[in-house]
Amino acid sequence: MNKVTFRTERCKGCGLCVDVCPKKILALDTAALNSKGYHPAVITDQAKCIACAMCATMCPDCVIKVEKDA
Amino acid sequence: MSNKVLMKGNEAIAEAAISAGCLYFFGYPITPQTEVAEYMARRLPKVGGLCLQAESEVAAINMLMGASAAGTRAMTSSSSPGISLKSEGISYIAGCDLPCLVVNVQRGGPGLGGIQPSQQDYYQATRGVGHGDLRLIVLAPSSVQEMASLTAEAFDLADTYRMPAMLLADGALGQMMEPVDFSVFPKRELPEKTWATNGHGGARKKNIVNSLFIDPNELENSIRARYERYAKVEENEVRYEEYMTEDAEIILVAFGITARIAKSAITEARAKGVKAGLLRPITLWPFPKKRLGELADRAKAFLSVEMSMGQMVDDVRLAVNGKKPVSFFGRTGGIIPSVEEVAAEIMKLAESL
Amino acid sequence: MKTVFDRPEALSDVPLHYCPGCTHGIVHRLVAETIDELGILGQTVGIAPVGCSVFAYNYFECDMIEAAHGRAPAVATGVKRTHPDTVVFTYQGDGDLAAIGTAETVHAATRGENITVIFINNCIYGMTGGQMAPTTIPGQVTTTSPYGRKRNVQGSPIRVCEMLSTLDGVALAARVSVDCPKNILTAKKTIQKAFRNQIDKKGFSIVEVLSTCPTNWGLAPKDALEWLRQNMIPYYPLGVYKDGEAIRDAE
Repeated sequence: MNKVTFRTERCKGCGLCVDVCPKKILALDTAALNSKGYHPAVITDQAKCIACAMCATMCPDCVIKVEKDA
Repeated sequence: MSNKVLMKGNEAIAEAAISAGCLYFFGYPITPQTEVAEYMARRLPKVGGLCLQAESEVAAINMLMGASAAGTRAMTSSSSPGISLKSEGISYIAGCDLPCLVVNVQRGGPGLGGIQPSQQDYYQATRGVGHGDLRLIVLAPSSVQEMASLTAEAFDLADTYRMPAMLLADGALGQMMEPVDFSVFPKRELPEKTWATNGHGGARKKNIVNSLFIDPNELENSIRARYERYAKVEENEVRYEEYMTEDAEIILVAFGITARIAKSAITEARAKGVKAGLLRPITLWPFPKKRLGELADRAKAFLSVEMSMGQMVDDVRLAVNGKKPVSFFGRTGGIIPSVEEVAAEIMKLAESL
Repeated sequence: MKTVFDRPEALSDVPLHYCPGCTHGIVHRLVAETIDELGILGQTVGIAPVGCSVFAYNYFECDMIEAAHGRAPAVATGVKRTHPDTVVFTYQGDGDLAAIGTAETVHAATRGENITVIFINNCIYGMTGGQMAPTTIPGQVTTTSPYGRKRNVQGSPIRVCEMLSTLDGVALAARVSVDCPKNILTAKKTIQKAFRNQIDKKGFSIVEVLSTCPTNWGLAPKDALEWLRQNMIPYYPLGVYKDGEAIRDAE
């Protein structure tokens, strides 16, 4: 399964990744706050990820690492 | 056999810089220093160096900052209005602890002023060149020989203390011709430039050349560390010349071209029985305040002679510290005081004692 | 598992101080990826400007110099001319490059300085809090053009790439955008070319990156991207304005 991991502490909750995801499987976790006070981005359905890395491409803060199933 | 060559002061600066290993010059034309750039433009390409004419004095000083940050011995030169433009860059260079040489062949000001020699930039050089707490090592040559030897020395002092140095000359010294010996510069042991930003090659941690400290405590600490170095300069690098001060009752204080006139005036005064002498600061910063304080214990009066409305006289007063009267004589606007008028001033002072 | 995306080595592993959604971070990453891919970290010297990216010296793993406002191309000239084997880039905003540093920019370009200039155009002064920039577009409201930029009062904005493309010293002048993954890919390729040009000694290369300032534009990050597309790209068309080699005389 492809894997997207977030460095939650670095996330500023800008939502650019959420907006660009073609599978619409990213969201800002409004129930959580990181230590800077932002709602961090999370993946809601890892199984649907196609490892296109558009989220990481748009992320201004290098929060996202994308791994593809070999 | 003599090694002396007859040379213009401005050219002596350029040749001395090259002799001292400065192969990079960044400048912009302005009278009366342009011969420095012209000489560099002729010579540097022949010795593997580069003379780059910038689009402005502002650009030239920042090119110098880049060269210096990368660890290269380099210089710029200008004249008074141009130094005003460079002062932004000089402040950054001082704030980044970078060594370099800035030459000011002074002309009359303020504003566009004139193109004749002047010493009106004393305050600027010793106090106000750029914003912030900072110092330049300021060397004031009085002959074409010193235009050369102090240029070489300025580079070494700048490297030793990681700070900018200024050669503060004037249009008369820049334009006059005298014999110069280039074989007499001593070699100093200089610190390695481990801070240079010239590509770390994976062999060291990255270097940052920077003057920005958002945290006021960090900024204060960086300034205090710099002032500790400045204190060492004040302790070790004060230079001056004394002329007939042993028995002098009236001590003239003059630098640069004015000091030569002062010497002749002293000769005239002595011929009339007045015991006059001269203290010539060679370093304007650090100023020879300790020596002046000592002289104030035995001399009767001081006379600061300058080509300005009176700027160094403030430092003379601070050094004499009220022990003896300090007076001032100067011509300004590009006029060099005559020997007669300085001698008359000494005689007037002698009568008042 | 194969990693298809991770942070580049040349980008320091520290939080960036930029506001949420500010595209400076994307451009920093593209520059760092380029340094990694060209294997030039050890020979690169970066020049940071004054403006929002003033702290860029903390974000790249190469040697860095912090220049005075607008003077980065002159500082870069001093480094490159004395150390021709280094790879020197400046990273400057619109106020830095196109207002206070116009002379340094134009003359470094016309001399054909063999350097790489990354120019962030976001139509506003960010660091000082949203004042009018030389690139603020007609009608745009800023704190110093509160009634909108009027050409008869504040004059017209400056199109840097078009202007520089007329100069013989310029090898590359290109305008890109980082508003979407496709444009980011183009931006990356263009930045790579601007660095490769320097390695190949082709002359002055500038990449103008249309960028957002959500905070001072008063827009949410994704709305800011849309504002860029609707307002900036029509005024500042994307594309390559010059691609070649600086005209030089034989050594």
